[in-house]
Amino acid sequence: MSRNDDNWLLRVRNLTKIYGEPNDKTLSLTGPLFNSNICPETDSIVACAEIDFDLYPGEVLGIVGESGSGKSTVVKLLYFDMEKTLGGAWLRPYTNGLSNILEESNQKKRFIRNNLMGMVYQNPRDGLNFRFSSGGNIAEKLIMAGQMHVGDIRARASDLLNKTEVPVQRMDDRPSLFLDEVTTGLDVSVQARVLDLIRELQQDLGIAMIVVSHDLSVIRMLTDRTLVMKDGRIVESGLTDQILQDPQHAYSQLLVSSLL
Amino acid sequence: MNILEVNDLSKVFHLYILNNKKIEALKKINFTMKEGEIIGLTGKSGSGKSSLMKCIYRTYLASSGEIIYASAAGKIDLVKANDHVIIELRKNEITYCSQFLSVIPRVPAVDVVCENLFRVEKDKKAARENAKDMLENLGLPFELWDAFPVTFSGGEQQRINVARAIIAGPRFLLIDEPTASLDQRTKDVVIDLILNLKKNGTSVLCISHDEYTLERLVDRRIALFQGEIEQVEIETDQIETN
Repeated sequence: MSRNDDNWLLRVRNLTKIYGEPNDKTLSLTGPLFNSNICPETDSIVACAEIDFDLYPGEVLGIVGESGSGKSTVVKLLYFDMEKTLGGAWLRPYTNGLSNILEESNQKKRFIRNNLMGMVYQNPRDGLNFRFSSGGNIAEKLIMAGQMHVGDIRARASDLLNKTEVPVQRMDDRPSLFLDEVTTGLDVSVQARVLDLIRELQQDLGIAMIVVSHDLSVIRMLTDRTLVMKDGRIVESGLTDQILQDPQHAYSQLLVSSLL
Repeated sequence: MNILEVNDLSKVFHLYILNNKKIEALKKINFTMKEGEIIGLTGKSGSGKSSLMKCIYRTYLASSGEIIYASAAGKIDLVKANDHVIIELRKNEITYCSQFLSVIPRVPAVDVVCENLFRVEKDKKAARENAKDMLENLGLPFELWDAFPVTFSGGEQQRINVARAIIAGPRFLLIDEPTASLDQRTKDVVIDLILNLKKNGTSVLCISHDEYTLERLVDRRIALFQGEIEQVEIETDQIETN
């Protein structure tokens, strides 16, 4: 049906990141078929390649896969933390999805990052400024987005801190949010509180999210659709319950059968 | 009008991690379902009932064949439709009720039941009232309404599961063993609730082993045996119980 074929919020096509100096064969000699993401001819490393997906408004998309499969690379490329090698991403609220955001100027990228995206890093050190207080770190995002009322900012920040007790969460009403291993290393009761908050953001504010996780139960609870990655490539994509109950690719089957 | 047409549906599981073993779960299934009909799927354990249901809900990807579903907006092949179409249908039209409740951590029973209702009903209070009525009807003790269902007994979880599936009045309901582990009185309540849905136009595909439930609930039965349809009951003797 065409009614929602074109309703995407974030469109990613052929997103590729290669370290080193690749040659013509690098892409065809790496990937899940070869069980490696290192090019045998040039020793360049394919962090992720040929990544295609659409994120719809209000949708939660999961990315699972083994360590080093390129999951974090994908979200970091989208959040402009790394320079892509090839490909593009289009974000609907920015120029109505007409320009490739990965090829914009740094100034435009900062605008997009501050106003249209949010990111929670796997390693809190990447996302936080440790010379500021936790409240200050949370407030930073709001200030960057142009909110200047100190009272409002303070109320918002302390509200979030009370809810989660996790000083890494900096969230705001932006249309897309990338979450990289948000629950790793938290005990289950705090984990549940973080998951509550994420569900709330999705249901009440309709924020679309990409959730990167090793924890398949987190994926099952939060996401509608899931991508499975291996050696820098997407090996399978589908509805989350389908991936978990009827995995099609050998690696997805291995992943699901390893579930506790 | 047919709400569902299943044509030559087959499902083979390729188990790559088990030396490429293949398991044939469904072989060339053909049947149609009228709008507002209740069909009972019967057959021994392992005969493919749940596989068939999961293929329709797209939890399983069918290997070949088609499943034509007449949605409110037109006909859709559930085998080939893209994921977002399926997600929309799941939100608005098709509900699947499995045998077991999959709980959301730290969400009270009433809110679990309301989950589907919250999407359409903006007034959360009204939705909760609605859910409470249903739980009262199903005989779930009052003290449990605001508790977390993780710790509930099998029968209590089962009732919450059924209540959650039917509260929003789906257009097409797939329901797996709705009356297992329930006592006679509660069984009757569940059956009446489903029959009530039927009055409002819901079509129901129901798996059951329980003869009493089948007798009272279904319009006709489809029996599966080793992944094939063994017998289709033609609707001649509609059992009038209501």
